[in-house]
Parts: sequence; structure tokens; C-alpha cells
Amino acid sequence: MRILFENARIIDPEAGTDTLGAALIEQGKLAGIYTGNPNLDFTPDQTIDCQGKCLAPGIIDIGVKIGEPGERHKESFRSAGTAAACGGVTTMVIRPDTEPAIDSPETLQFVYRRAVSDAAVKVLPMAALTKGRNGTEMAEISFLQDAGAVAFTDCDHVVQDNKVFARCLTYAKGLNALVIAHPQEPMFSRGACATSGALATKLGLPAVSPMAERMQLARDLALVEMTGARVHFDQLSCDAGLQVLQRAKENGLPVTAGASIHHLTLNEMDIEGYPTFFKVKPPLRNETDRVALVQAVASGLIDIISSMHTPQDEESKRLPFEEAASGAVALETLLPAAMQLVHGEYMDMPTLWRALSLNPAKLLGLDTGRMAIGAPADLVLFDPDKPFVLDRTELHSKSKNTPYDGRRMQGRVMRTFVAGTEVYCG
Amino acid sequence: MAFSPKHLLGIEHLSPTDITAILDLAETYVDLNRKEQKQGGALAGMTQVNMFFENSTRTQASFELAGKRLGADVLNLAMGASSIKKGETLIDTAMTLNAMNPDMLVVRHPHSGAVDLLSQKVKCAVLNAGDGRHEHPTQALLDALTIRRAKGRIHRLNIAICGDIAHSRVARSNIFLLNKMENRIRLVGPQTLMPSGIDKFGVEVYDDMNEGLKDVDVVMMLRLQRERMDGAFIPSEREYYYRWGLTREKLANAKDDAIVMHPGPMNRGVEIDGDIADDINRSVIQEQVEMGVAVRMAAMDLLAQGLRARRREAVSV
Repeated sequence: MRILFENARIIDPEAGTDTLGAALIEQGKLAGIYTGNPNLDFTPDQTIDCQGKCLAPGIIDIGVKIGEPGERHKESFRSAGTAAACGGVTTMVIRPDTEPAIDSPETLQFVYRRAVSDAAVKVLPMAALTKGRNGTEMAEISFLQDAGAVAFTDCDHVVQDNKVFARCLTYAKGLNALVIAHPQEPMFSRGACATSGALATKLGLPAVSPMAERMQLARDLALVEMTGARVHFDQLSCDAGLQVLQRAKENGLPVTAGASIHHLTLNEMDIEGYPTFFKVKPPLRNETDRVALVQAVASGLIDIISSMHTPQDEESKRLPFEEAASGAVALETLLPAAMQLVHGEYMDMPTLWRALSLNPAKLLGLDTGRMAIGAPADLVLFDPDKPFVLDRTELHSKSKNTPYDGRRMQGRVMRTFVAGTEVYCG
Repeated sequence: MAFSPKHLLGIEHLSPTDITAILDLAETYVDLNRKEQKQGGALAGMTQVNMFFENSTRTQASFELAGKRLGADVLNLAMGASSIKKGETLIDTAMTLNAMNPDMLVVRHPHSGAVDLLSQKVKCAVLNAGDGRHEHPTQALLDALTIRRAKGRIHRLNIAICGDIAHSRVARSNIFLLNKMENRIRLVGPQTLMPSGIDKFGVEVYDDMNEGLKDVDVVMMLRLQRERMDGAFIPSEREYYYRWGLTREKLANAKDDAIVMHPGPMNRGVEIDGDIADDINRSVIQEQVEMGVAVRMAAMDLLAQGLRARRREAVSV
């Protein structure tokens, strides 16, 4: 099966180019990339006229929460897979903060089997760093690696015991395992659901200073320096944290960092009136921090953008702000929301795609995420300008907790391919 | 009628004219409340439900009396002991009550924004009797009425609000109201009890109480909210009393005719000397309680008028 995409704006994050051309896929892999229209000496089985729209590597989304096991009413592999396909996400790297946590090879294998049979896109599982995400006993990192875990994280449960965390990092270093840390000092941010400042004071919400991020980063970086383990920080959200990260990278520490699409496109003013769909972890920051974060993505200081897809049902959100659950769904809105960064002229398309596909692939050692001959044909064809108003009831996730409900957005996925097979056609 | 809101959720969105309208109407209820025949008919035939998700004696009693004196049927629900404990959500409770067609819901809740949320789900008028650390509008209104009666005006006064600002909804509502009426506001207390960004609220912040009270017309003390504190805010009550408790010596910095207020209940010997609290020449604390009933009657009267007007409109459409 050979498919030719012609008349496409080919976004190549590796080369940093955005050129009109064509791409050929054969047997699930990219077999040719051309500038302009190619003269092929054969007729492809299918030719897709891209009408000048963008063709880019599929998004690799690190940190997707699926409700399996434990909360399938919130999200299943089937619903999340469909949502991902509609959103141009071709690989979901899933979080272990489930009920129970994915902390044993048996659970991981169970989850993986469910994922392969139900999800329309690729799924790579992460595993807990400590048993039950309790921060006391190390999980079976080596067995979990053998079972397919691509990274180890306790998600938002920070391992508070320095000795335990240091040992986990040392052990992970021996296995060259990637550890993902959550840089929020847990005691300092206890009970907080907003960023401290005039707005949180006016709303009367318990709040935390962004300094909590810098504090945790400082500890984690000290232990990275000591152990040499590879650590990725799941979400940075403020300028104070970025400065520390910058120094760590300049010092050559093996660290990378991500940002969630929500912290890149929303700010704390959105929680005025207590809309709980805007309650995320860490809490939304002020506009200065948001702009600094966007600029950090543009400069490459922030390596990856992720959706931090966190499905929550209506019951857990229809509560007073303090009591409501945190998190937002974002598999389907990641691409249109990220388009804001391009339309707002903060960065060009290849730079954005470096954070959405190339860097996540590099971080996990995957062969996808790039426009390279021989790479798996995980592709997304999208119209970057298409305007629409988001209606949350039309989302494919089982949970509809998106902060973008009713918002005017620009950018829609037209087709998504995983290993050369079409999984979505809009 | 200029002021016809659907709910009274906070001071933040009221205008100075709205505030004056409530205070003026409240004055008439002060007179009524001092008569032997205390019955007004503004809420005749209406049902008022008091939902207190936090324990309260004085505010609940004040709302109950206010409703009864206006002729409403008043139902008190002690929410701490009921359905919430059985796992029912706030919204479900609200919907259940809504189905019983009350006209006025008076709600106190430990979480900020909870009363706003509830007001979006019911058809009746909702009155915020305190939500978390957010707002307590009737307290600010009764404070304003007390000040206006004692000082003859509610503008161009120097007012010090002292103590636990961080955990206080009373402080927030008062800051909004007193700013709208163009007063000069000082906040006095330990830095640990000052919420972040408070300097953006048009106030002056003092750590030293003697400086903070210099030449003020009104001293508003706040209760030290020990139940809302989750950690180390102050080292001890005796040190707090020494530095921020209102004593004769500290009060001497204020104007000679300065009045002393406290929203109650008081921690005598912690934030205020019992001796000052009882001084009839300085303390207007008992008057605040009296004004509370009148202000709540005025607020409910206006909400009921709004409710009736909206119902008439609905019928005529």
C-alpha cells in the first residue's frame, strides 16, 4: 500500500523547515519526502491532495491519564484513543496514577493488553516510581522496564523522602531509566488551588506562591547532580522555575522539561467566577509567567508540550472550587490550542512541532516524531487556520471537562495516520 | 427602585448607590425593631430557608429574626448534621430544596465561591451569609450602618481593620465596601495574616499597631480564626495579644472619639481587652448586632421586591 500526500505544507521539526511538497508512505513507513510535486515512476494506491494544508509528524503526548484501571467511567482506552486520533495525537504516553497505580509488571501488562486491543493510536505506558505511589518503597523498575514501561513517575505525588528519591534515581541511573518528576513542593502547596496574589486573595481561595516550583526543582536538581540520573520535569509553569531550569541545563545536567497546553494558553484570570474546569495542577499562573513559559518553548528551554489530559466526570467538577477535582481533558484540544502560539507569532510551526513530536520522541528513544525516510508513518494532516467554536459536548472523551468550552479556536485536524493507517478523517 | 438584584452574593459588585439604598432602608427597620409591634410584611407568604454549612449562632439567629419580623416562614437547616454527611453534593441539596419552592435561601458555606455556585442552580433569591474567606456582605453592610449612625457619615473616615485579614471574609467585604464609599483603610496585623497581593486593594498595611491606629476614626477588630488556620501563623496567643490585641494603651493612638467594632464572637484577652469591649463610650459591638437584624431585613426586603418584580414580568411575558 502506497499513499502519496501531495500539495502539502510539510512541517519538519528536525530540519526546522515548513515547505510545500509531497510525502510518500509505503508499508506504514515514510518512503519519500519531496519538495514540490514529485515525478513518480509508479502510480500510488492512493493520492491525497492536501490542498496546501499542513502535514506533520503525529503528536507524542507524554502524560495522558486514562481511567483504566479503576475509573473507566471517566475515560477508557477506546474513548481516549478516539479522542487522540481526532486531535492528531498518534502516541499516548499514559500515566500510572490510576486506581490501583500501575506499579507492578502484572498491572502494566494488563493495561498494555487493554490499550493495544482498544486504542486507535499507539499507547506507551509509564509506571510508578514507588509502590502505590506512596514514596516509600521503590517499584520493580527493571521488571517494569522489561514489561514495556518507558518512564517512571509518581505523577503529582512527589517523593518527599530525600533518601528514597535519591535511591530511586541512583537505581534508575543504573538501568538508564527515565524518571519523570513533578516540581511542586508538596508541603508548601498543601491545600492550595490557586496561585497566590491579588486575585486569589479577592476570591478567598487558598493559594500557593510559584516559589513552590522553584523549591522542588532545586531539591530534584541537587539529586540529579549527585546521581546523574535522567530526569524529565513533567510541568514547569512559572518564570521562577524556568530560571532554575536554565542554569541546570547550562551546567549540563541530564534534565528536560515540559509544559502543559493549559499553562501555555490560559492564565489565572480565567478562575474568576470559580469555574472548576480551569482548576488544574499546578494552578494557572499570571500572564507574565504564561508569556515566559511560551517564550521558553520557543527558545527550546522547555522541551515538550503535553496535554496533561486528565478526565474528570461532572460530579467531581460540579463542586465548590476548593473541593472540585483538578485537571482537564485536552487530547482533542491540544492542537488547536497550540495553534494560538503560532498565530500569536510566538513561534513558527517547526518549532512548535519540535515540542509536540520530535522532542518527546527523542526523550523516549522512539523512531517516530520526525519527517524522516524510514520512520513510521505517524502523521497528522491539519488546517492551521480553520476557525471553530469549541462545544465540549462534541468531544470524544468520556469526560468533557475542557476549559476551552465555548471558546473560538483556530486549527483543525483533517486526517490522522498511525503507521500508515488512517485512524481519523474529519 | 434603583437596586433590584437577583441575589446578594457579595459587596464587590454593588455600587455606592446600591449600598446607600440598603442602608437607608435598614434605618427604617431599626426603628421598627425598637417598637413593641415588630411585624413588617415585606416577606409575607414567602419561605426563607437558612442553610448553614458552618456552625453559627448569632448570624443564623439574626437572619431568622429578620425573616420572621418580615413575615416569612423561616426554616433552619443545620447542614452539618444532614445530607452532606451522607455524601450528597451541594448542588443536589440545592436542587432538592429548590423543588420545595422557597423564595429566599440564606447560605453559609466553608468554601469560597460555594454560594455563587449554588445561586446558579436555584430559582429563588440567594443571600450569602459568608462563604469561606470570600465575602460576608451583610456583615459589611451592618458595619457600615453602625459607622454611619455613630459618625454621621460613611465616607472620608480613617478606618483600621485589625488582625487576621488572611482568613477573614469580613475583612474582604469591608475593604470593598469602605473603598467604594471613599474611606481611607488601614490594615493592621502580623505579616503572616496578611493575604498576598493585599497592597493592590487600595489599603495601607501596618505591622505596628500603635502606628496603624494613629488618628483613626474607627477601629475594627477581627476574630483570630483559629479554626481556619492550618499551621504556624502566630507563635502564641499571648504574644499576639501583646502586639495586636486592642488595649487601652494602643487605643489611645486613635482619635478621642474613635469607635471600636468587632464582628463577634470575641476572643477576650486575645484580640481585644474585655474592658474595651464593654466600654459603652467606645465599643459599638452591641449596636452592630442590633444593626445586623435591620440590615438583613433591608436586604431581604429588596431581594423580595426584585423577586416579585421578576415574577410579574415573567407572567406578563
